[in-house]
Amino acid sequence: MGFYALLEQSKTKDLAQLLDSVTERDVACSLAKSRLSTRDFLSLLAPAAKGCLEQMAVKARSLTRQHFGQVIFLYAPLYAADFCENNCLYCSFSTAHDYRRKKLTMQELEDQAKALAKMGLKAVLLLTGESRSFTPAAYLKDCIRLLQKFFTSVSVEVYPLTEAEYRELAEAGLDGVTVYQEVYNETVYRRMHPQGPKADFRYRLETAERACRAGVRTVSIGALLGLDDWRREAFFTGLHAQYLQDTYPAVELGVSVPRIQPHLGSFAAPAPLADSELVQIILALRLFLPRVGIALSTRERPALRDALVGLGITRMSACSSTVVGGYTAKGKQVAQFAVSDSRSVEEIRQMLKASGYQPVAQDWHTLPQGKEVHHVRQ
Amino acid sequence: MDNLVIGGRQIVNRLFLGTGKFSSYDLIPDVIGSSGAQVVTVALRRVDPGTASENMLAYVPDNCIVMPNTSGARTADEAIQIARLARAMGCGNWIKIEVISDNKYLLPDNEETICATRTLAAEGFVVLPYMNPDLTAARKMLDCGAAAVMPLGSPIGSNRGLKTRELVQIMIDELAAPVIVDAGLGKPSDAAEAMEMGAAAVLVNTAIATAEDPVLMAGAFSLAVKAGRMAYLAGLGGESALARASSPLTGFLF
Repeated sequence: MGFYALLEQSKTKDLAQLLDSVTERDVACSLAKSRLSTRDFLSLLAPAAKGCLEQMAVKARSLTRQHFGQVIFLYAPLYAADFCENNCLYCSFSTAHDYRRKKLTMQELEDQAKALAKMGLKAVLLLTGESRSFTPAAYLKDCIRLLQKFFTSVSVEVYPLTEAEYRELAEAGLDGVTVYQEVYNETVYRRMHPQGPKADFRYRLETAERACRAGVRTVSIGALLGLDDWRREAFFTGLHAQYLQDTYPAVELGVSVPRIQPHLGSFAAPAPLADSELVQIILALRLFLPRVGIALSTRERPALRDALVGLGITRMSACSSTVVGGYTAKGKQVAQFAVSDSRSVEEIRQMLKASGYQPVAQDWHTLPQGKEVHHVRQ
Repeated sequence: MDNLVIGGRQIVNRLFLGTGKFSSYDLIPDVIGSSGAQVVTVALRRVDPGTASENMLAYVPDNCIVMPNTSGARTADEAIQIARLARAMGCGNWIKIEVISDNKYLLPDNEETICATRTLAAEGFVVLPYMNPDLTAARKMLDCGAAAVMPLGSPIGSNRGLKTRELVQIMIDELAAPVIVDAGLGKPSDAAEAMEMGAAAVLVNTAIATAEDPVLMAGAFSLAVKAGRMAYLAGLGGESALARASSPLTGFLF
């Protein structure tokens, strides 16, 4: 059974009622366990857990150190193109916005890669909008091959690809795939993605599974927090991660917790969440899935990012530009969204060291040939 | 001299160190210093010879034996490629094979590990495979040319101690090659326990790296390993559920 079917089954449950019925005593019981059930995870996301954040943080900190050590992995995004066929209400790349789009040539991509690599980064996340005509899989493959000259780990956060395409890219050296469902509530999803290929909820939901089956080494998922009730969204993100971890144990799984940020247009987040609520999500995820990586991007402001080091986070982006061509002075495109932490890679390194954490730029070597793996537990 | 010999190298200190979880690479030389460890494992995935501050190898003293590991490999093929990469990067010919296709518990895949052992031993590597404690799999690895076997005490990073004690004891009793307990040892007393049982060495990372004072903890582990080894050599007295008086009541008969 795929995750879509599990999500469908969950529709029969009244999550709001379940969340409200959780007591502080339930939370304390869940916190005392070494292995958490999905019900425990729900308890930690409930309103009743709000008063237990400190205890959750103590346990999350200990688990993170135990499983990942006192290290934080660094990466940066690299936007290759902003052509897009979707009109996601919350995104600057939407077809609703009329501006001159750009796709990097291989030379321009190399210039960007050099600028990023010069900062000492070894892991890069390649991004594009969704346009198979402007940025087809063949273009992505060329990008991946080029980026491997400068980085030891190349991941993509592009449009959903087919399993065969992921396999081809993995064989070309692709290390990771990041794909956010944006919102797990299908009704809200349809409202947020009215047109374009992204309107297909199920195809997007199953993207991570296709990447796992294709032998991609690392897969990261997440919900764009702020589009719907955060407790539900965090709960389904955790269930999705658990499903992927159990079904594709060979894949190194990651979760991101992106909060919606300002962008071109006048869209306002329908369900914004406070810092303390973001913290509750991170802590609950860490306690539920101790071995899953959690990434925190420059969407969040420096003070919050600094405070979250050690509470469950394992990966941080640094010196990020969300603009096509943004790492060289020539970049003049529109940003996909606003970043809140503009510190340099060196400044992030210093911050981590001062917090007692070793910054790690390189956590993988791309191997000469990608190999298929099929470790699916039936 | 009670030295452990692996791959032709004499090893006096039977505490092997892992390096992946320290809060600063700067701690590594001090931890090695306080423990006297001679064998240090380094994940090749983290080795970046191009950046001095990020190159973990640069923090390991020259007199140590560097044992690169294939952390991140999911298949024998990947482990083989990583091992070859390690040798090409000048990391020597020791290799700790880690093939893990289960990211939840990080338990090793013995079958793939046997395959990787066969190929790498034939290529002249000194192969130390990390494995689930299984006598049959260990024999196959040794038949393929492994220099030692490294069964886990409990899952990596769990600090739960020797949960696999009975299986590890069988391996120690039955195998002529060194059995090195790797992973899960959470306290110096766990390390001492493994050594008392007759383990040839232990490998520790998490328990030292995540201690409040890693340098002090490394020293504590080193002492525990030495004590455990001495106890093993001295021959432990048997255990009994009943008390045995120092001056037995029937002593007058003899």
